[in-house]
Amino acid sequence: MSILVYAEHDNASIKGATLNTITAAKAIGGDIHVLVAGQGAQAAADAAAKIDGVSKVLLADNAAYGHQLAENVSALVAELGKGYSHILAPATTNGKNFLPRVAALLDVNQISEITKVVSPDTFERPIYAGNAIATVQSTDAIKVLTVRPTGFDAAAATGGSAAVEAVAVAKDAGTSKFVGEELAKSDRPELAGAKIVVSGGRGMGNGDNFKILYSLADKLGAAVGASRAAVDAGFVPNDMQVGQTGKVVAPQLYVAVGISGAIQHLAGMKDSKVIVAINKDAEAPIFSVADYGIVGDLFDIVPQLEKLV
Amino acid sequence: MKALVAVKRVVDYNVKVRVKADKTGVELANVKMALNPFDEIAVEEAVRLKEKGVVSEIIVATVGPATAQEQLRTALALGADRAILVQTDEDAQPLAIAKILKGIVDAEKPELIILGKQAIDGDNNQTGQMLAALGGFAQGTFASVVKLEGGKAQVTREIDGGLQTVELNLPAVVTTDLRLNEPRYASLPNIMKAKKKPLDTKTPGDFGVSALTSVKTLKVEPPAERKAGIVVKTVEELVEKLKNEAKVI
Ligand SMILES: Cc1cc2nc3c(=O)[nH]c(=O)nc-3n(C[C@H](O)[C@H](O)[C@H](O)COP(=O)(O)OP(=O)(O)OC[C@H]3O[C@@H](n4cnc5c(N)ncnc54)[C@H](O)[C@@H]3O)c2cc1C
Ligand SMILES: Nc1ncnc2c1ncn2[C@@H]1O[C@H](COP(=O)(O)O)[C@@H](O)[C@H]1O
Repeated sequence: MSILVYAEHDNASIKGATLNTITAAKAIGGDIHVLVAGQGAQAAADAAAKIDGVSKVLLADNAAYGHQLAENVSALVAELGKGYSHILAPATTNGKNFLPRVAALLDVNQISEITKVVSPDTFERPIYAGNAIATVQSTDAIKVLTVRPTGFDAAAATGGSAAVEAVAVAKDAGTSKFVGEELAKSDRPELAGAKIVVSGGRGMGNGDNFKILYSLADKLGAAVGASRAAVDAGFVPNDMQVGQTGKVVAPQLYVAVGISGAIQHLAGMKDSKVIVAINKDAEAPIFSVADYGIVGDLFDIVPQLEKLV
Repeated sequence: MKALVAVKRVVDYNVKVRVKADKTGVELANVKMALNPFDEIAVEEAVRLKEKGVVSEIIVATVGPATAQEQLRTALALGADRAILVQTDEDAQPLAIAKILKGIVDAEKPELIILGKQAIDGDNNQTGQMLAALGGFAQGTFASVVKLEGGKAQVTREIDGGLQTVELNLPAVVTTDLRLNEPRYASLPNIMKAKKKPLDTKTPGDFGVSALTSVKTLKVEPPAERKAGIVVKTVEELVEKLKNEAKVI
């Protein structure tokens, strides 16, 4: 068996989610090849070659892959992927965007967001916003899987010494064009990999009030997240949304501030090691998953907490 | 231009589903069913484009049991013009659904195809992308803004780091994110009118699709339960617990 892992990267370095995906590949077992598709991505490929457990890195460096357009990347991965037993990508918005196309081009189903490898053809994955865990078995010739990063530890970023091989496959479908992007800039850790996450909900009242969370987060070295209600109300940008349809996080510590705990929100954070809930409503469902709850006004509690940590 | 919207009948998002005792699936008997929330947004987007005069006709389609007619009627009440039910009692998987939808696209030739980004039962997030691949179409997934101008679609997408805008040739597949729009409620007169709108029934075989699944569900289990925690009285106590008991700060 040989496994192709699609690397999530920014051309210069490999993103953390790739390391978790490699651990999933190791659990399946077999030769692990990593594909770095991008533009000017030699540095990312060199970094991929050092990851523990990787036996080969394929570098597809071409303008067509510069912005990870799904139409182009999927054609590349479907062509290269034909020789593999498994094709894996992290369940990031990028992986979710192009990998189902790969599966369709290979005439197989995709198994989304696996959280456990039972055997090379059998996997666990959450369904119904994490209210049920399904064990599924694929009869497809090639298993195409997205991997939920929180389900697997990160592979060591160093220790490997794989060869980097250039692949000269240029696939430009010509059907779509990158126009622009607005990326959030922040000095705080990324939500996905952070050890501590502090999230605010509708209870924050407005965007300005998030300042008290940012300052608590900075003291803790934490990332800041939000509920959908906070994002919908325009308090904070969409990339901060945690939940069934936002990001899934599983930090050591998750602090939910002014969040009621709707099932869609819980789906994105209930695998955190320790959960703290701060809410003025003692009946809020968030308390049913919290290890430590404190009932009261967040505008009193958060500043006190910041002073004491 | 014609628009095709694909919708699914799912358990209402307010229902906390329970796993069946025999672990074969989740309890669906007597559970409230609804239009998948992302698909409601997809219908709404098509209706708004029709109101702007960009879209001329909206076809709504589903693959599912006879009862999925309810969700098609809901979509018709929201403003779709006609509906197609591809009837099957099997729980078809995304690849088969995408193949059937591709058959509908070939027959109807829509220039804009809108799906939800994910069905909230299986949480697959695949069908739109698969349909786009089968048709060789461009795709704008997780859309928060859709503009049609100059024979192209401009789609702003919600991605991990923020927002990305892409320009797509038509026909294009768009999948909706939550912030694309806020769906309207169907008015009573529109619900009545929807009962008279055309609804065609087909079978997967009509589109040459016979294998509806390739992934078997071996068992379905409840997730690991979290142990109930404690409520602390003061912030001092909270910090003490986090430092000395949980050891996370
Ligand atoms: C298809 C679909 C997908 C969804 N996906 C997601 C998702 O991915 N993520 C997500 O989060 N939601 C998601 N939702 C929305 C979800 O159902 C809830 O509406 C949302 O999570 C509620 O956010 P909230 O807890 O911030 O707001 P609310 O439910 O309004 O709760 C606010 C809380 O703040 C407390 N509060 C108010 N003021 C104070 C104060 N001064 N001090 C202390 N506490 C205070 C209140 O007691 C209350 O509990 C989804 C919904 C749908 C339909
Ligand atoms: N059975 C179905 N019939 C029609 N459309 C569907 C069906 N299942 C999923 N879809 C569409 O595909 C989207 C994504 O679903 P999924 O890939 O299952 O998460 C949904 O939001 C619908 O628009």
